[in-house]
Amino acid sequence: MIEGLNPGLILILGALLVPLTSGIIRSILILALPVIAVIHIHMLGLGTWGHYEFLGLSLEITRIDPLSRIFGTIFCIAAFMGMVYAVHVKDTIQHFAALIYIGSAIGAVFAGDMITLFAFWELTAISSVFLIWASRTERAYRAGMRYLIIQVTSGVVLLGGIILYYQDTGSIAFDYIGLSSIAGGLILLAFGIKSAFPLLHNWVQDAYPEATVTGTVILSAFTTKLAIYALARAFPGTDILIPIGGAMIILPIVYVVLENDLRRVLAYSLNSQLGYMVIGVGIGSELALNGTAAHVFVHIMYKSLLFMCMGAVLFRAGTVKVSELGGLYKSMPVTTVFCLIGAISIAAFPLTGGFVSKAMIQSAALNGGLNILWPVMLFACAGIMDHSGLKVPFFTFFSKDRGIRVQEAPINMLIAMGIAAFFCIGIGVFPGLLFDLLPYAPTYDAYSFGHIVSALQLLFFTVLAFMLLIRYKVYPMELRSTVLDFDWFYRVPLKRLALAVGRLVLFVWNWTLGIANNIVNSVINVVANTHGNGKALARTTSSSMAIMIIVAVLGFVVVFFYG
Amino acid sequence: MSNPDDEKKYWLEEPGNFNKIFYGVIGLCVLIALPKILTLLDILLYKQGRFVLADFFVFYTFFGVLGYVVMIFLAKKLRAFLMRDEDYYD
Repeated sequence: MIEGLNPGLILILGALLVPLTSGIIRSILILALPVIAVIHIHMLGLGTWGHYEFLGLSLEITRIDPLSRIFGTIFCIAAFMGMVYAVHVKDTIQHFAALIYIGSAIGAVFAGDMITLFAFWELTAISSVFLIWASRTERAYRAGMRYLIIQVTSGVVLLGGIILYYQDTGSIAFDYIGLSSIAGGLILLAFGIKSAFPLLHNWVQDAYPEATVTGTVILSAFTTKLAIYALARAFPGTDILIPIGGAMIILPIVYVVLENDLRRVLAYSLNSQLGYMVIGVGIGSELALNGTAAHVFVHIMYKSLLFMCMGAVLFRAGTVKVSELGGLYKSMPVTTVFCLIGAISIAAFPLTGGFVSKAMIQSAALNGGLNILWPVMLFACAGIMDHSGLKVPFFTFFSKDRGIRVQEAPINMLIAMGIAAFFCIGIGVFPGLLFDLLPYAPTYDAYSFGHIVSALQLLFFTVLAFMLLIRYKVYPMELRSTVLDFDWFYRVPLKRLALAVGRLVLFVWNWTLGIANNIVNSVINVVANTHGNGKALARTTSSSMAIMIIVAVLGFVVVFFYG
Repeated sequence: MSNPDDEKKYWLEEPGNFNKIFYGVIGLCVLIALPKILTLLDILLYKQGRFVLADFFVFYTFFGVLGYVVMIFLAKKLRAFLMRDEDYYD
């Protein structure tokens, strides 16, 4: 293997072979690439490679340190799961785009300078949109367009920030940046768009539910977590991230209660989970950053698992709308069990991965004296238990039987879910295995008696509240509907404003064109009146007559001026 | 697809079994709350100095659940403002 090759490039170069293969060869190829990449990461060890001078900038293509290593590793595992899940798909574009997308996300994680980061950052945007467009519906096309505009905007803002940062410091190294200058602010904004900060978040809920069955699973793992990595690299301990993260974990919860499309429910809950990671980065202590990295690892596992379950339901039943589902545990018992494992893991039951990683961030918050944040996080725990832990499995697999009888999910999907479920439980039971990968030496024991008891209290009482609300029919019934979110502002008034401005521009343009037309017409008319057919300046005369006139004029001039 | 009527009976569908789960959850809740209740009574009876920490967790546990119920009602209210037809944007 080429010494110091950025592991992301293995997937990107491998993707180029995809169109040339088919059948079993392609299956082997797409499954082997993430495995090769993860082996490559761990064989290289820690260090930096690929130093180049380019236009006076010093590039560093590959940098492996503990922080990037854990993100790269989890990305490779998620890639492998996603590829197992998608191995039955007979769509070259999806396999190709997915591998380029995953490769560029891994490439960005291992980028040592910001120009390399920017290149991979934009490539994730451009390649991932094809996973949305691959649905080949009008809705998906429009959602993909909005997604692309927002993603590319993030890249442009990042580039602006990088240029200003280079002017300020003369360096493009991708290390701690901080918020001390405008450059830092722009870079934070670019990362904030991709990590779905409040009010910048709508692209997640807009685009992810429109992607293909397998596309959503792959999309959900990489873009936002790449942004969390970038935040952890450049802005650890930035105070503003703490209230931002707090708002992030709370705001989506209301929408989760109301939303009918279960993939959109999961996209909102993904947003809420990102809030924990942003808080972890904002606290910035070693425990908090360890917690963030652990939470990213665990989160990708249970969130992929839940998206895979909903994907399987969509694949078999043709819908993931709560108002149309119910009683699927009879037809899809294995998927039901996997969904429940994902649900207890995201809800952070003891002996699941979510319990360990969330506890680290919560402890870091308490250690940092953030007492206001503690009830916010507890409230969010109850909310997450409700929507992802109860709503998703209950309304899909239990609830009222609507007579949907389908087959169990395909075997490759079940295997992928099994891998994710294995990690969800495995990390919860043996957290030490994950701790070895963390960026700092772990000093945390999640399984203290007090913590287990208080966590169980919160969870069981939430289950009780949910059951009471269902029993007395207080829980809001799901209806076929669109729930307005912040994107309404740019999808309705801003769109109308843009159309009105467009009409005004068109009017002014037509008016200007009309006047110009009139001017040209009048010039043509004048010319036609003088030079037109039979007009004074266009008449022809015989040559003898012409000579007579010239001689007469000449004679007149001679006589007049003589003397 | 087969006719749902021909299928075997599922345990969950038998009448009364949902209630069994419901009472099971209530039982679990009481069980898990027991250590804290005991500590709390202990404190009320003997006025030990552990009050602050023990009460801290009990308070926030119930706070979380209450917050959750409030949130559900809030969401139901918000629906009046936020809900539109399914094809609203199309």
